[in-house]
Amino acid sequence: MSTVRQTAPPARAEWTGQVGFILSAVGSAVGLGNIWRFPGVAYENGGGAFLIPYIVALLTAGIPILFLDYAIGHRYRGSAPLALRRIAGKLGEGIGWFQVMICVFIAIYYTAVLAWASSYFVYSFDIRWGDDATGFFVNEYLQLADTPFTLHFVPSVLIPLVIMWIVTLVVLGAGVVKGVQRMNVIGIPLLVVGFLALVIRALFLPGAEDGLNALFTPDFSALLNPGVWVAAYSQIFFSLSVAFGIMLTYSSYRKRKSNLTTPGLVVAFSNSSFEILAGIGVFATLGFFAHQQGIGVGDLEGLTGVGLAFMTFPAIVAEMPGGPLFGMLFFGSLAIAGLTSMISIMEVILSAIMDKFGFTRLQATYRIGGVLAVISVVLFGTTSGLTALDTIDNWANNIGIVSSAVAMTVTVLWIRKSGSLLAGHLSALSTFRVGRTWLFFVSVLGPVVLGYMLVATIIGLIAEPYGGYSAGYLLIVGWGSVVVMIGGSLLLTSRRWRYDPDNFEPWPQVRTASAQGGAQ
Amino acid sequence: MTPIAILFLVIALIIIWGGMFASIIMLSRKSEVDTYPEGGKDVFGD
Repeated sequence: MSTVRQTAPPARAEWTGQVGFILSAVGSAVGLGNIWRFPGVAYENGGGAFLIPYIVALLTAGIPILFLDYAIGHRYRGSAPLALRRIAGKLGEGIGWFQVMICVFIAIYYTAVLAWASSYFVYSFDIRWGDDATGFFVNEYLQLADTPFTLHFVPSVLIPLVIMWIVTLVVLGAGVVKGVQRMNVIGIPLLVVGFLALVIRALFLPGAEDGLNALFTPDFSALLNPGVWVAAYSQIFFSLSVAFGIMLTYSSYRKRKSNLTTPGLVVAFSNSSFEILAGIGVFATLGFFAHQQGIGVGDLEGLTGVGLAFMTFPAIVAEMPGGPLFGMLFFGSLAIAGLTSMISIMEVILSAIMDKFGFTRLQATYRIGGVLAVISVVLFGTTSGLTALDTIDNWANNIGIVSSAVAMTVTVLWIRKSGSLLAGHLSALSTFRVGRTWLFFVSVLGPVVLGYMLVATIIGLIAEPYGGYSAGYLLIVGWGSVVVMIGGSLLLTSRRWRYDPDNFEPWPQVRTASAQGGAQ
Repeated sequence: MTPIAILFLVIALIIIWGGMFASIIMLSRKSEVDTYPEGGKDVFGD
């Protein structure tokens, strides 16, 4: 690095208190995956028996890595690139920018799903999709093209997409407290109340108990399948928003004297509690649908993801007494859960830009956010949106985030040997202390399980073209996304800091044998 | 619902929702450590 200006950086934003932080972190963790991914994944991986690997994964990977994010962000008080630079030098900064680049890719497509959910919220008023929910979604709403990329804009997607970007940027531009925290303090209780109403309604539908039987009846033979355990670790890992900068950034906004681990337990268990609630609501509803069709729940198709939300659920709503209200509750919940998560993804990007380049919040929000909004609109406001979304989502999550987690744990805990230091930081400030067990989970079990997941995913993607798309398309859009993430992180790491990032004193002083000589 | 499905539903509720309520109660009973290490003022611009 050449010359660095030594003027003081602006004050770091702070949550007003513990409740604001917890609700914001829950808002980030509870997203689309809780509603449309968990129920189907649980059903396909042993039903009730899936709860065993799921709870094991929560306790041995989800919560420990969440604490690791909190410890790094809070002790080194910065966005992912800044905090990781302070703990692990330029290598750490590069990993931080890689996390930011993952968020860039996710933000670009995530808003599209938000736009779809908000459209369907409105369409629920008069069940606009009629008797053919799948045909309406693919042909009339998305107007899906046969070619993977077009510039043919679809107004019904374009307009809500632009509105969602405006809402997101206005919230972010208002700041951490007046924007992000306020949005979550209002949005999360609203989400819980709305979704509870949906679940209660679903439980009184004919056939609901068939759905719950399908979800909760255990298939113990599934526990012998390593794929089921990988599915459990994947679900916990993606659901909690760990290892790609979000929780690290949010914890950097906490006051120095803050309890870290016990609020972390509240966040992690609340996230999983919402998943269980979603499982009950979704499968009670699917039980009703199977009952109406005179088939078993196991014969239904489209039990996860876009298929569940925009094909199966609208079809159910069309057959249900009081369907419009049920549809509004479902798509309203989806939109709120997605919006609070989207805001946290964007905050990772904006916080990093503000830290490195000295932008004000408004400059970062409207300049960087504006550019991302334009890219998002061009890619996903057109007839080619679904294909690109599906591909980038798979690579950003299964390759990007998992690689980031492995790189971060190996760099911070194996190369820099900062595990004891971070454990000391957490324990000095928190009412729930951590020690050797936590260290084992984050420095041994976590990297091993995540490394296995990464290798298995790469082998699978090489062996069989994802989603039946052409190998050339996947090479450009899928693997190309990862190359752009890496290239972007290298470029951003090479740029000059507006304020000296190393002019910083961590607090509190923690004495550990392994940390001597390292970053304290 | 079948007894085995009810059993696993109840187990999920006890462990996951129980974990949530237990951690909320734990936090509300003791929201901060008794004494923080010295220093730790939120410095302008850190």
